[in-house]
Amino acid sequence: MSAASNIRRNGRRPGMNDTMSKDPLLEVNHLKKLFPVKSGLLSREKKFIRAVDDVSFKLMPKETLGVVGESGCGKSTMGRSVLRLIQPTEGEILYKGKDFMKASGAELRKMRSDMQIIFQDPYASLNPRMTVGEVIAEPLNIQKTYSSKEETREHVLEAMKVVGINPKYYNRYPHEFSGGQRQRIGIARSIVLHPSLIVCDEPVSALDVSIQSQVLNLLRDLQESMGMAYIFISHNLSVIRHISDRVMVMYLGHVVEMADKDELFKDPLHPYTQALMSAIPLPERHSKRKKIILQGDLPSPVNQPSGCIFHTRCFMAQDICSKEKPELRDMGNGHMCACHFCGKMEKGICGEKLQG
Amino acid sequence: MSKNIFRFFNKQKEFEQDILKNGMGYSGFYGDSFKRLKKNRMAMFCAMLLILIILVAVFAPVLAPYDPTYQDYSAVLASPGPAHPFGTDEYGRDILSRIIYGSRVSISIGIVAQVVASLVGVTLGAVAGYYGGKTDSIISRIMEIFQAFPDLIFAMAIMTFMGKGVLNLFIALGLLTWVRTARMIRGSVMQLKEKEYIEASRANGATTFWIITKGLIPNCLSTIIVLVTLGIPNAIMYEASLSFLGIGIQPPTPSWGNMISAAQTFISYRPLYSIMPGVAIMITVIAFNIFGDGLRDALDPKLKS
Amino acid sequence: MGEKILEVKHLKTYFHTDAGLSKAVNDVSFSVEKKKTLGIVGESGCGKSITSLSIMGLVEIPPGQIAGGEIIFEGEDLLKKSEKEMSEIRGKKIAMIFQEPMTSLNPVFTVGQQITEALMLHEKLTKSEARKKGIEMLKKVKIPLAEKRFDEYPHQLSGGMRQRVMIAMALCCNPDLLICDEPTTALDVTIQAQILELINELKEETGTSVMMITHDLGVIAEVADDVMVMYAGKVVEYATGDQIFEKPMHPYTHGLMSCIPKLDGDDTKRLSVIEGMVPSFDEMPKGCAFCPRCPEAKDICRQKMPKLAEAEGRYVRCFKYTQEWEETGNE
Repeated sequence: MSAASNIRRNGRRPGMNDTMSKDPLLEVNHLKKLFPVKSGLLSREKKFIRAVDDVSFKLMPKETLGVVGESGCGKSTMGRSVLRLIQPTEGEILYKGKDFMKASGAELRKMRSDMQIIFQDPYASLNPRMTVGEVIAEPLNIQKTYSSKEETREHVLEAMKVVGINPKYYNRYPHEFSGGQRQRIGIARSIVLHPSLIVCDEPVSALDVSIQSQVLNLLRDLQESMGMAYIFISHNLSVIRHISDRVMVMYLGHVVEMADKDELFKDPLHPYTQALMSAIPLPERHSKRKKIILQGDLPSPVNQPSGCIFHTRCFMAQDICSKEKPELRDMGNGHMCACHFCGKMEKGICGEKLQG
Repeated sequence: MSKNIFRFFNKQKEFEQDILKNGMGYSGFYGDSFKRLKKNRMAMFCAMLLILIILVAVFAPVLAPYDPTYQDYSAVLASPGPAHPFGTDEYGRDILSRIIYGSRVSISIGIVAQVVASLVGVTLGAVAGYYGGKTDSIISRIMEIFQAFPDLIFAMAIMTFMGKGVLNLFIALGLLTWVRTARMIRGSVMQLKEKEYIEASRANGATTFWIITKGLIPNCLSTIIVLVTLGIPNAIMYEASLSFLGIGIQPPTPSWGNMISAAQTFISYRPLYSIMPGVAIMITVIAFNIFGDGLRDALDPKLKS
Repeated sequence: MGEKILEVKHLKTYFHTDAGLSKAVNDVSFSVEKKKTLGIVGESGCGKSITSLSIMGLVEIPPGQIAGGEIIFEGEDLLKKSEKEMSEIRGKKIAMIFQEPMTSLNPVFTVGQQITEALMLHEKLTKSEARKKGIEMLKKVKIPLAEKRFDEYPHQLSGGMRQRVMIAMALCCNPDLLICDEPTTALDVTIQAQILELINELKEETGTSVMMITHDLGVIAEVADDVMVMYAGKVVEYATGDQIFEKPMHPYTHGLMSCIPKLDGDDTKRLSVIEGMVPSFDEMPKGCAFCPRCPEAKDICRQKMPKLAEAEGRYVRCFKYTQEWEETGNE
């Protein structure tokens, strides 16, 4: 039995507190990604979109970190920066103790074979000119895992079976498959090299609900049998709750709250997390939970609000919020929250209503 | 029921064996494309026709009944007959032989000018699109300079500057068309390199060479094919226009273009003199176009029926 | 039952494709009552969007074909109307909101120009009247700084704002029926909550009937009075919202509800799934379209298509609730 299933069965999850017992698989410190914005010809001032602003976290082996936030919160950029598919502006990425930011050449290629990504759009993520067999074999060929074609084919075949694609479709092209099957092909491609980390970037958002649950189960089964860690990026809180061990909530490039899943869903501390949770439409009638409807839209990422980035939409903003930036503080049990009032506010101001 | 299941498993086993042995008969992207191309009868017919035209050009000395520059003053502007199937021109040269020899010039101009233009255009376009930034700016500015002149005037300027001749004509036509190719390829590459499947290859540690050969080229190939197959007839036409204007291929060397040009004086008296080279151009152009369309379709697995 | 504003009877919309005849909407009947919201739910390809396009007369013919049925709107059959009459009904009496607000707004005209165009066309208002009404509408859909937004282009607005503009445009001629096709699917949850609240408020205020088409049962639960579940071009369940969410009767409805991860409840278990996928139109099973994926399917389900029959005061297309169920074996 794998360690992952042990952890689940005991109801214990590797979190921030477990760092004593094991070394983290991935350690990200003060990661920043700024995109320069084209300003007018005459303007001297250089402007930046602060897509990821000072994000730090640790990921234990076999752990799933859920990253949740709305579009434009920088969660996808964060996921890609960690893999250096987008070169981060600043920050430190330690992977299995090695400095990933400084890796290059053969070392970088070797490290990359251990870190994979699954994309949101199963239509755009498969090369339309490659057959399923070629798509899945590509990582093996790039890494030159096998010298013979037979071995490569055998491995591909095994991967197809694991993700539930019938081997008879080996020679079909991606456009001949439905969305759910394409996502399975994408998953097969990401697991053939037996990576220790997979960044899942909204892997189920483009799928129908009945297919979504199949893919979620598949991802979970694969984690139990192969023991990789996931960074699971999604805008859907209920999906995040289902799959994650720990959850990070992002808003405008910042981490506003991070905690063990159970802790976070039982007692969300940040007003944004609370609003996000209350806004999900659930398939139940006459729900007693009270909705917090946030006013307005996400502010422009170029001109970020002063002080707390959330204060323009926050339902409990005070004077201090527009002046001082709240730090991400540990509120106990590794429950991190960036709000001036978390802890001070009436406990579970909406937690109770949410559970209703 | 159980027998059914058994058969099902046997069938699955067969698939697996097949895959392990030869990848289920899959012959790679290009092999697979060729299989699809073979099914397109029209395209295959045009391919045959093109091969035939090329063979005619190669074996012109064997096939042509007369020397194309031999002037027979006893048979000036002779009407078609057993000795001269398409008649003779104003110097008594056999038109059939001149068309056969003319194919050498026209076909080689079409193909060489296009191949040169495509090599330059695809390379520069791909470099500009893939690297972007300053590289892109420089290449784009160069392309804009080339595009600033009207095509024909540009070609005429080069020809007058460098002097008349076949080689100079190749260069002029190549310079004329590479910009268009480069622009299209630059656009496609810029679009393609943002695709997630390219990102997936990069995430697997693929080298730039791998990304270009496995990701970009197969997906750009349709565009390149269309450009080339449209470009070859275009070059043939340009040659005809330039020859018509008197700055293309110089007599007595025959080309389809300068034949039409010379024939215009006699169009009402000996219509076949101008029609036959025109027909030769038309057949070649149509064959290239249809074959190009077929090739493009074959390269796109989505169009597999 | 209240007064019916729209009654669709045995609607059949087919598409002629290279692979054969696709029965996208296959004998669908339903009605929308005055001031009520009908929710139509189903996965992609179930025919829910084609149903709404058929009502609007926006199905492209060919390859499409309305093969039969009636669409009675305020006592008249829309299928018998000419294109000219339909274009007067569209926008004025029946309005529609689409999923992607960016593509349904013309990028080269300002928001104001697009709203006033409809007002001047249908309501015969003068330009200044139309402007006044347009700004009023933008205020009604709670767009801040409506006067300023009125003269902006769609790309200057956020996704949520664009959807508000679409709603304002749809409602500016006081339509009797508003069709919303996945209005919040492209939006973030916090914005989705705003838009759903807005649609509910405006419905109360203007008394418009609403047809809400979505794949999201959560959205249905929040807005719909009646719910119709579609699968592979057919209605499989048709009941009030309370009935559906209290006790989904069709195995498909039940499966859909249980495969959504919940915010409460046990999250350590695997999600329950509906195995397989929606059959494509050229490999439709002989019997019930859902039977290859149905955990409860019996022989009879594989042999013939069940009828949409009344059971427990609602409609469901499943043999489970018929006499035949007990009589048939399961081999």
